[in-house]
Amino acid sequence: MGDIETFRQETRAWLEANCPASMRFGANAGGGNLADELAWGGRKETYANPETKLWLDRMASRGWTAPTWPKPYGGGGLSREEAKVLAEEMRRIRAKPPLIGFGLTMIGPLLLQSGNEEQKLRFLPEICRGEVRWCQGYSEPGAGSDLAGLQTRGVRDGDTWTINGQKVWTSYADKADWMFVLVRTEFEKPKHEGITFMLIDMDQPGVTVKPIKLISGYSPFCETFLEDARVDHENIVGGIGNGWTMAKALLGHERSMISEAFNESEERNELVAAARRYVGQENGGRIRDGALRDRISQLTMDKTCLELTLKRTKEAAKLGQQPGPESSIFKYYATELNKERTSLLVGILGPQALGWDGEGFEGAEIDATRSWLRARGNSIEGGTSEVQLNIIAKRVLGLPD
Amino acid sequence: MGLVLTEDQQMLKSSASDFVRNESPVSRVRHLRDSDDPVGYSPELWAKMAALGWPAILIPEDCGGLGMGYVEMACVLEECGRALVPEPLLSTVLLGANAILLGGSSEQKKTLLPPVAEGSRTMALAWQEKGARYDRTVSAARAEKSGSGWRLRGEKTLVLDGASADHIVVIARTAGADSDREGLSMFVVDRGAPGLSVVPQKTMHLRAAAVVRLSDVEVPVSALVGEQGNAAALLDDVLDRATVGLCAEMLGNMRTTFEMTLDYLKTRKQFGVVIGTFQALKHRAAKVFVELELSRSAVLGAATAIDQGAKDSRALVSVAKARCSDAAVLCGYEGIQMHGGIGMTDEHDIGLYVKRMRGNEMTFGDAAWHRDRFAAMQGF
Ligand SMILES: Cc1cc2nc3c(=O)[nH]c(=O)nc-3n(C[C@H](O)[C@H](O)[C@H](O)COP(=O)(O)OP(=O)(O)OC[C@H]3O[C@@H](n4cnc5c(N)ncnc54)[C@H](O)[C@@H]3O)c2cc1C
Ligand SMILES: Cc1cc2nc3c(=O)[nH]c(=O)nc-3n(C[C@H](O)[C@H](O)[C@H](O)COP(=O)(O)OP(=O)(O)OC[C@H]3O[C@@H](n4cnc5c(N)ncnc54)[C@H](O)[C@@H]3O)c2cc1C
Repeated sequence: MGDIETFRQETRAWLEANCPASMRFGANAGGGNLADELAWGGRKETYANPETKLWLDRMASRGWTAPTWPKPYGGGGLSREEAKVLAEEMRRIRAKPPLIGFGLTMIGPLLLQSGNEEQKLRFLPEICRGEVRWCQGYSEPGAGSDLAGLQTRGVRDGDTWTINGQKVWTSYADKADWMFVLVRTEFEKPKHEGITFMLIDMDQPGVTVKPIKLISGYSPFCETFLEDARVDHENIVGGIGNGWTMAKALLGHERSMISEAFNESEERNELVAAARRYVGQENGGRIRDGALRDRISQLTMDKTCLELTLKRTKEAAKLGQQPGPESSIFKYYATELNKERTSLLVGILGPQALGWDGEGFEGAEIDATRSWLRARGNSIEGGTSEVQLNIIAKRVLGLPD
Repeated sequence: MGLVLTEDQQMLKSSASDFVRNESPVSRVRHLRDSDDPVGYSPELWAKMAALGWPAILIPEDCGGLGMGYVEMACVLEECGRALVPEPLLSTVLLGANAILLGGSSEQKKTLLPPVAEGSRTMALAWQEKGARYDRTVSAARAEKSGSGWRLRGEKTLVLDGASADHIVVIARTAGADSDREGLSMFVVDRGAPGLSVVPQKTMHLRAAAVVRLSDVEVPVSALVGEQGNAAALLDDVLDRATVGLCAEMLGNMRTTFEMTLDYLKTRKQFGVVIGTFQALKHRAAKVFVELELSRSAVLGAATAIDQGAKDSRALVSVAKARCSDAAVLCGYEGIQMHGGIGMTDEHDIGLYVKRMRGNEMTFGDAAWHRDRFAAMQGF
């Protein structure tokens, strides 16, 4: 008990001294895509705000970009309890995360789980320091929901593999240094069995990336073409033909990342604040429009239920119970909820949500509009809602094919 | 901690589950309905439940109870909800006895609670009036000072297990206009009291209820529960706790309804295949499952909050009731729909569950009412 209290005091003092003002939420009032203001790391990152880099370096020096990862891999080596304290203390000063991206949330956890020692030592520290940015090369033009239908081919020649094929919807491929990718390496086997999980250096002649703009105008995802691209044999994770197992494990990380992302939404009463401002309030602070109040109340309650369910799952895991069926509902429910939330927010703004850029609109208004559009993809990326419902129906409810 | 059951709680739950499965098939509720039974439950079974300690769960040890919490109570009530068990746990313990426990004098606790804990006396709470919808503060029933005590006059409706209760806690107004929040008081009235009449009501959802009429019922000073004129907050506390119990029952209602439906999806054949192969039904079943899991979290969240005396417990009670209300109705409606024609027949149990769930939805405030209360609590 005393130890953790000391840890809290020290953490608080350190954060207070080291977190730059511009790295705290609320410091700059909207006006850009939040995700773009955060550090994604990598060789192509330019850091428009030098304090973003400063904050990243300071946190990385303590391993606090990945607080619970072991120290030899660049992490902070914190216990779960300490990590919780760190998160609480960061929230207290509304500190922005020092580093975000698929390295920390997807490939890192997979390597920790299934990578070999060399892979861990080579890739994890540079992820923690934000030196390398990763992207995910799963989807292909003919393989979306039916991911195992992928056609990208890998052929071995001694210690290297030659890769040919096309990936699509590769988020931020244009900004990434490395890509984790699913490749068909055995052609005669059933479709789930002939797949291998590989790590590709994007900075080589056979890799070409073409950005595609999203309806929100933001965060281009890309088409990624692989023409005789090279992968060293040592960059296969989990062994030849085990790609589907790796893919599913990683999708687990991806889905929990997606659902947790909304759980962290930092302005809990954003809808209420907007409603008061744009629709008006009665004496005593009640939102003037009863129907709107009901919608906001419902969404707030829905979110509470989701949070309680996440908490329940975590508690069960801590007690060593197998993750129950609850966990399969998060991706579905959290993303549907986020779509509703962003949509309601736009509805509350009314005509002020019609802005796209510039004159007559506040940054926060434009953010709301673009977030609403971006959120349409929440129930598509990482496996669509329909696919999640299929999984629940089949694996949890045992309904037949 | 608290959202995952401890080993003891799991044991309590599984023993309740066994008990309900062995002793209380749903056919019992149907039989009670068809035989116009005025009591609405089986005193023999109630005695067995008492022997297991169920009515004692929430009652403190110094009043002869087990001094456990709402999570434990919820474990038992959920299992009861699975078979629409009609015995008067909710009315006796969570409504009647709770009024005494939360607001009564030590004298009242000492005399009234031990017999409840051991199962020898039952209680009810008469708080609703006709036409008040969910408004808890409406009371046209009044109490006036009279000689050495109080004289009660008025009419209460939908008093859960009112016809069989040994003691009825009555809300009556001692000051103010019919719908003022101030001026409400609580009195405990014994069943034999002259002027008290109790008329069983037939309810759609097969819960034993009664109209309680008070024609100049005289009670002593000692019958006043809590402070004169200040019962509104006490009533809220009692109803909140009963709401958590009801939500636990609803969870049980939903689970059984959903299992029934899943079973049907896996066995009923149309177009040469079991209907569970149709994605149009699969996805809807998956959505009902999601609602069930969210409801479970909400119920555990509210029960834990009450046990811990958390300051957001009232808000969490509303979260639970709103969620369970919507989820139960969805689960019931989808259940009937997926059963097709057979689901519309009285002979099939699913209709009993649908009616019970809808009735529970409209007890202690429906989803919209709780959303509004939640918004008010959060200041919007
Ligand atoms: C914003 C965004 C970012 C993304 N980032 C990445 C990334 O970084 N890397 C990457 O590899 N991929 C990425 N994706 C791709 C994403 O994983 C796919 O879009 C997703 O798996 C769906 O595949 P699809 O687009 O081919 O749709 P399809 O599979 O063609 O689906 C079309 C529609 O049919 C439905 N459908 C398909 N199969 C079934 C079924 N069996 N039952 C019922 N309905 C079905 C789907 O639910 C959907 O509504 C991203 C997608 C988005 C939107
Ligand atoms: C009040 C009432 C009055 C009626 N009166 C008459 C009458 O006078 N005369 C008469 O002949 N009949 C009558 N019916 C019967 C009625 O036509 C049937 O109930 C109806 O056709 C459905 O058939 P079923 O009950 O066998 O359900 P099922 O066909 O077993 O369906 C069960 C569930 O599966 C779903 N389902 C079935 N196939 C598919 C599929 N391919 N894809 C997706 N979902 C599917 C259904 O929508 C339903 O939800 C009556 C029914 C009711 C409820």
